[in-house]
Amino acid sequence: MSADILVLSEHIQGKPLDVTFEMLGLARKLAGELGGRVCALALGAQAAQVASQLGAANVVILAAEDAPEQPAPEVALAALQTCIESKGISLVLLGGTNAVLGIGARLAARTRLPFVNFCKGIRLDNGTLLATSALLGGKIMSDVRLPDNKGILSIASGSAPADAGRSTKAPVIEKLALPSVPAKVVFRRLIEPAGGDVDITKMDILVSVGRGIQNADNIPLADELAKVMGGAVSASRPVVDQGWLPLTRQVGKSGMSVSPKLYLALGISGAPEHWEGMKGAQMVVAINTDPKAPIFNFAHYGATVDCLEFIESMKAAVEKRKSSSS
Amino acid sequence: MNYLVLFKMIPDTVEELELSDDQKSLNTEYLRYKLSDADEHALEQALILKERHGGQVTVAALDAPEVDDVLFTAIAKGADVVVKIALDQTKLDTRATAQAMAAWIKASNLVGGQTLVMPGAQAIDDLGGELGAWLAEELQLPFIGVVSSVKLDDNCSKALVLKEFSSGLRGEFEVPLPAILGIQSAEKPPRYVPVAKVRMAMKTAKIQSVEVAAPPVTGLAIERMFKPEVAGHAEMLEGTPDEVAEKLAGILAERGII
Repeated sequence: MSADILVLSEHIQGKPLDVTFEMLGLARKLAGELGGRVCALALGAQAAQVASQLGAANVVILAAEDAPEQPAPEVALAALQTCIESKGISLVLLGGTNAVLGIGARLAARTRLPFVNFCKGIRLDNGTLLATSALLGGKIMSDVRLPDNKGILSIASGSAPADAGRSTKAPVIEKLALPSVPAKVVFRRLIEPAGGDVDITKMDILVSVGRGIQNADNIPLADELAKVMGGAVSASRPVVDQGWLPLTRQVGKSGMSVSPKLYLALGISGAPEHWEGMKGAQMVVAINTDPKAPIFNFAHYGATVDCLEFIESMKAAVEKRKSSSS
Repeated sequence: MNYLVLFKMIPDTVEELELSDDQKSLNTEYLRYKLSDADEHALEQALILKERHGGQVTVAALDAPEVDDVLFTAIAKGADVVVKIALDQTKLDTRATAQAMAAWIKASNLVGGQTLVMPGAQAIDDLGGELGAWLAEELQLPFIGVVSSVKLDDNCSKALVLKEFSSGLRGEFEVPLPAILGIQSAEKPPRYVPVAKVRMAMKTAKIQSVEVAAPPVTGLAIERMFKPEVAGHAEMLEGTPDEVAEKLAGILAERGII
């Protein structure tokens, strides 16, 4: 059994995602403590192009280069399994992203390695690896020990610094031949978010609404506040799922990643999937009647007042300042 | 067409979560259970497809607190058959849950040519991975997760689905039936059903109870549960909404944000 650590590179349109660098950084740290090499597996048509950006790995393994950019899950599984078995690898890091979701559990079923979902951290504790998993929307953490340091970990985006996994070194490139597997789930095309709406990724001020906004009729109120403040309205998943705002306004794991100067979160609890999309904000202000809402753990300022009353008050307070300064 | 919607009950995180004395599990005494959000979307998507292409919607769940209400609500919304597998879901990990559901699906010969198995994309308590993924291995069926739109071709042999990536990107995938689709969100918000209709379902409909052998729990044991150590906490602004707004406007003006 080798002590090598396998990282599945995740990339879209030829660019590795941050989570790939985060995993490489984590793997580097673990390899330093446990010995062994860091191996990155890059799949699909852009694997070779991506490989040169994965210098934090000792070895980059290219496979399924004739597959589309997003290879079928059957192909990704075959590549991971072949790689694990041919190299005797027993520690695997996967991105906890939508694209890879499902691969970890299936790989675990095939390789009999244990699987840990929602992983926020991994460390050596008394000689064995201890993974920390964020459950129930980040409200509960659980420590899980990996017997013999074996396991497949789904690493939540933003759990480790991406810079630790960036390197300009040239990794050794290997090619891996795969058994032929019928690709049942076939990738057709990538669909970009519809244009024409406000680009929330470019706004300095976002007034972001969650479940606490209660119903569609209250969205225009938030919109008025945003306009007065010189910003735009964004939202968390439940609001977009209800059809109250378009997908282009969604912040989070499946939505946009935003980095405004001010992120004013109204009635948003702050689940990990939401945090992923707004962690780049310079200042976070949270209004939520639940004093235990996770968002208060990473907001700079907070208040537990009713968010609808707050919208009216805030609009008046900002208008007052504007009229007195002009 | 057969639509097999699989439900999983999860702790309601709106309620305060307490740990049990051994710090390895949640204290179930005060725990309230609710249907996983994604599962509600799975049912909605199945009902929409049934309206479009005909067929039968079957909803199945393992036994769990509040599950009867959830199954009757599914009937009231338009599900044809609801099934309760007589195993305590709260004692099983996701893999074991998938094994129990697979055992029932295989024994009842439920997967034919025109079948979609539709669990929710992922529940927030799935330490051991998603139900749909484990099920794919158990049933040897194609699987795609985080699906937000499903279209069937005219003879219901293929599904064209949208899978969510990051940054608002969607991938379009084609999947031959039978298949498992992990539903993240339905194309329309889940329908509302009046309480009177649910009460009616409770009087007129029946939950089918089925038994399967209890699968072994093989996942990793939780060594310690804890509430997240809070690295920082927001500076709280006290007072009425007017006072809070006034203070905040002052802070933002001072920093040149407004």
